[in-house]
Order: sequence, then structure tokens, then C-alpha cells
Amino acid sequence: MRGLSKRYGEHEAVRGIDITVARGEVFGLLGPNGAGKTTTVEILEGYRARSGGEVSVLGHDPGRRSRALRQRIGIVLQSSGIYSYLTPREALRHWASFYPSPRDVDEVIALVGLQEKAEERSRTLSGGQLRRLDFALALVGDPELIFLDEPTTGFDPAARRDAWETVRNLRAGGKTILLTTHYLDEAQALADRVAIVKDGRVLAVGPPQELSAHPSRAHPPGAHPPGAHPPGTARYTISYRDANGERIERQTEDPTGLLNELTAEALAKGERLEELSVGRPTLEDVYLELTADE
Amino acid sequence: MSDALTLSWRQYRLERRMFWRNPSAAFFNFLLPLLFLVGGGAILHGNQHDLNKLVPAIAGMSVMSTTFTALAYNIVFLRERGVLKRIRGTPLPTSSYFGGVAANAVTNTALQIAIVVLAGRVFFGIGWPQDWVELIVFVVVGVVCFAALGVAFAHVIPNFESTAAYVNAVFLPVVFVSFYVFDSASAPALLRNVADALPLKPLIEGLYGAMVTGSGLSSNLGALAVIGAWGVFGLWFAVRGFSWEQRHG
Repeated sequence: MRGLSKRYGEHEAVRGIDITVARGEVFGLLGPNGAGKTTTVEILEGYRARSGGEVSVLGHDPGRRSRALRQRIGIVLQSSGIYSYLTPREALRHWASFYPSPRDVDEVIALVGLQEKAEERSRTLSGGQLRRLDFALALVGDPELIFLDEPTTGFDPAARRDAWETVRNLRAGGKTILLTTHYLDEAQALADRVAIVKDGRVLAVGPPQELSAHPSRAHPPGAHPPGAHPPGTARYTISYRDANGERIERQTEDPTGLLNELTAEALAKGERLEELSVGRPTLEDVYLELTADE
Repeated sequence: MSDALTLSWRQYRLERRMFWRNPSAAFFNFLLPLLFLVGGGAILHGNQHDLNKLVPAIAGMSVMSTTFTALAYNIVFLRERGVLKRIRGTPLPTSSYFGGVAANAVTNTALQIAIVVLAGRVFFGIGWPQDWVELIVFVVVGVVCFAALGVAFAHVIPNFESTAAYVNAVFLPVVFVSFYVFDSASAPALLRNVADALPLKPLIEGLYGAMVTGSGLSSNLGALAVIGAWGVFGLWFAVRGFSWEQRHG
């Protein structure tokens, strides 16, 4: 993948997004509903025409909808149906025939864990099982680049873990994955890098752990949204119970200094700081801060 | 390109398999026209003149129901379910997809015409069609016309729940006016003009010529032109307005 960047005219849905995803990377587009994530991804998938900017997906312009490109990508849409009178195996066998070098159908069925439903009509599948079939249909062509649009929305926790495992396996297999989600833990668990998107703009880009550790660094130059908080406001949280058993929580940008101060004081008084903990700012803090309405 | 043809063939086979697994599709495509035939045949029993008109009329209606009605239903359903959008994201060429879908509709039409012709021969004393060439030409042009109109009409239907209302609002009046004008020499001029301008009555006339009178293709060229004109109109709208996804709101 040569990398992909896009800027998108004055359209209100997506307003100048500029992102490059490296080959083999899991990239997360994170943002609230209506942030422009799906619009962005659907432009990359070739479903929508862009109104401005430049896009390159695996060296192709997705707007031209070339078959050569579609043979190399796999798409899991937010919601899409499948022929209800076919079994998963039949659907996968048919889908496999679209691609020049598809994966083995049984292998894909096993990969998504649909073995026991492989011979049942799709109309009898549960929501979670249909979502597995979505994954399977996107993977059967053995694509290099996979788009996952909110892949686990509506999943129970166990199904989410399974889906995450599938994504990790794909990544281990060298696939590039562009994922949209509004779940922070999902972005944190899966993505090598995340872009936080709101109102069609990128507010921050970086690895999730770096975004949370140094939110200020995460901002691309000149990308501060109007009225955003000054950089570096996401703080470490130090909490403990004081001598009266009351829970105290203090925020700081300098945890070492504050800890030194607190422990010195406690030692001097002969008190213990029960349940002392230092909380690193999470992606959630950064996210909530960046996407907060002023 | 052979690859696109192979994919078309695969899509066709898939459509056939799904067709036979869907009981309501099989019912509407095969049993309903047969019921009309049996019912009409029972009423008109002994009146060969009217039976001669009933059988081609049912054959014409079969062409319309297997293409116009079936495709409008199918496309709205697949569009609303997001199946079309999913297919759009794969390397399956659009031409292969529609090739398979259209071939499926053509197969249904061919099967039905065969059943109606056979029933005419065995039960209604019509004998084998007089002019096979005319029969094939009219069926083929009729299929193209009504299939295109069905796809075009799918654009107008906002959602699957209202499909039956939309399709029947077109199908039933067209069938009634065409049957009535075709059968009755004393139909009002206005209705006659309407029926002559719509594609179904010309199709029935062509089939009547082919199956009963053997009047020959050359005597029904006007009818053929009307169907062809509707076909061009339908194709233009079918291609121009085609939507792969459900419009929101």
C-alpha cells in the first residue's frame, strides 16, 4: 500500500482528512456517531465519490472502481445482508469464485468459527453468526487490505473477544486493516495507530498508548479544533484513602513530583496511603477531551 | 471476456438454486398463472373462440409476472437488505451479476411459456403454436422489455414493505385493461388507445398470432414496435437510475 491521504472539499461530512496507513498496520478511525468515519471509509471502498482531495488505495484511485483493486480488498460493512436461502458454505464458495486466488472455504469457515452453522440456511443464523459470515465473506478473497466498519457493534463481550482475536490473526498474517469504531477499548486493543475524528476532521493521530501518554504530541500541526483544550491537559490520576478513610483523587501532569510530596507527607505523619494508585490517562480521557462539545 | 461469462453462469446457477428454495417465489411464478388458466378455462369451457384468446393472454401475463414483478420484488428486497451493496464491493463485474439475474428471469419465463403452451395443447384444444419464430421473437422482446421496466420500476419503490402495493398498482390495471381490450371488440376507444400504447396488449396480440392464427411476424410489426419502444425506455431508466443501496430517510 502506497499510503492513502484524502482531503474532501467543503462537504460537511468529511472536511479535509489526511491520513496515511502503512502496509501491515491496523489503523483505527475513532469518533462519535456522525463524525464522518463511515463516509471516509466508503470513499476508500469506492462506494462514494469524493468531492475533493486525493486518495490512493493500494496505488489505485478507488473512485474509478477498478476490478483490480476490488480483488485486493475485503469489506465488512456496518450492515449488509446475505441471500437468506443460501448456506454460509454456498455463499462463501460463490464469493470465492470472484477472486483470482481465494482462500480455502473450509479454512475461512473455521477461522470465523462458523463450522456448526456452515450447512444451515443463512436465514437461521443469529445476529452474531451473520456478523461472522460478514467477516468470512470479506476474507475469502484473501485480500491485502480489509475495511472493518464498526465490526463489533452489538456484540456480546465473548463475541467481541473472538472478533478481536480474528483481527489480531489477520494482522499477524501481514494484512492491512482499516477499522472504524466508536468503542475506545476496541481501538486501544486492536489498532497500531488511531485517528480521532470529529465533525469530519482529524483531531489527533498516533498510537493509542502514545495518544494517551502525550496527547499534546498527538495533534497534527495546525489541527487544533476551534476552542479545544490546550495540549497536555489529560492528567495522571493519583488516588488513595487518607487517614479518615476518605477517598482522595488528584490530577497532575507531574506524577513523580506529586507522589514524592504525598508519600513524604504521609511518612512524616506516620500514615499509610491506603489503596494508592497512579492512573495513566487513558485513550478515553483523550478522546472525551478532544471530542467534547465546548 | 470468458471470465465475466463464467461468473455470469455461476451467478445464474446460484439464482436458480435460490429460486427453487424460496416457496413463495416458486408459487407466484408458476402456480398463479396456472390457476388463472385453470379458472379461466373452467369458465370458458366449450367456447373455443374465447379459449383461443385466454391462453395467449395468460402467456403474456406470465411474461410480465416472471420479469417485471419478480425483478422489481427481488431488487427492492436485495437493495433494502444490503445484499446489492455487498456485491458492489466485490470484484464481481456488474455485467456478470445482471447477466445471471436476467438469465434467471428468462428461464422462469421460458418454463412458464412452455407450461402454458403445453396446457393449451393438452387441455384447451389450441394445438401447437402455428408460428414458432413469431412466438420466440415476441417472448424475447417481451422479456427484455418487462425485465428492464421491472428494474426501472424498482427505483420508484421506496422500501420493501410497499413493494406489493406499488407493483400491483401497475400490474393489475395493466393486466385488466389489456385483457379487456384484447377480448372485447366493443371496448371504449379511450381504453383501446391506452391498451394499445402499453406493452402488454401488443405482446398478447403477438402471442395470439403465433399460437393461434399463425398470422406471421410481418402482420404484427406494429405491436413489436410498441414493445420495443417500452423496452428502450425501460433500459434507459434501469441503467440510469440504478441504486445499489437503500436511500435513507
